[in-house]
Amino acid sequence: MRLAQHMAVASDRVRATAIEATEFPDLSRAYRVMAVPKIVINDRVQFEGALPESEFLAAVLQAVESA
Amino acid sequence: MAFLNARDEQAVRERFAEMGGPVKLVVFSQSLGGAADLCRENEQLVREVVALSDQLSVETLNLAIDRERAEAYGVDQVPAIVVEGARDYGIRFYGVPSGYEFGNLIDSIIVASTGEPDLSDDTKASLSALAEDVDIKVFSTPT
Repeated sequence: MRLAQHMAVASDRVRATAIEATEFPDLSRAYRVMAVPKIVINDRVQFEGALPESEFLAAVLQAVESA
Repeated sequence: MAFLNARDEQAVRERFAEMGGPVKLVVFSQSLGGAADLCRENEQLVREVVALSDQLSVETLNLAIDRERAEAYGVDQVPAIVVEGARDYGIRFYGVPSGYEFGNLIDSIIVASTGEPDLSDDTKASLSALAEDVDIKVFSTPT
C-alpha cells in the first residue's frame, strides 16, 4: 500500500484503497484474492507481492494504456 | 481494550514528528448490520491514533445517513477511513488497519500532511502526465 498511497499524493488522477481481505470476503472473491498483498489497477492489471517502484509504475502505465 | 500499548504510542508519536500540516481522518461506520462491531473497533483505533498528534482530527460519518458525503468520497463499504491532507488525495482504507496496514495508515498520514510523496522524479513525472484516472486496490491481511 505504501507505494500506492504515495502515488495518490503525487497525482490527482490516482486513488489508492487498502482493503483488509478477510473483512471483505465478497470483494476478495470478486477479485480472486488468493495471496496477499494483491494489487489490482483499474480492474485490468493485477499482480501479487511487493514490486519495486519502477515495476509498480510500469503496471500503472500498463493499466492506463490497455484501456 | 486499547489497540496501542505505550510503546506503540511512543513509536507513532516519533513518526508524527515528521508531519508537515493538519490531516483529517474521515471515518465511515454503520451502527447496524454485520460490520457494526468492526466499525466500532475501527473508530476506537482511529481515536487512539488521533490522540497522538495535535495536527490530527477525526470526523465520523454514517454510511447509511451521510450518503452524499459517502458518494463524494467514493466510499461504499464500511469500516472505511479517508486520509485527507491539504486536499483529498484519494487515500482510503477499507477494514480495520490494525495489523500489517497499521504502518501504512501512519505513513499515509505523514505523506498526506506534507503532500510530498517519497517517489523518484521519473515516477512523479510519469504520474503527473496521466491522462486517465487510476484506481489502485491493495488487498492485504492483518498478519
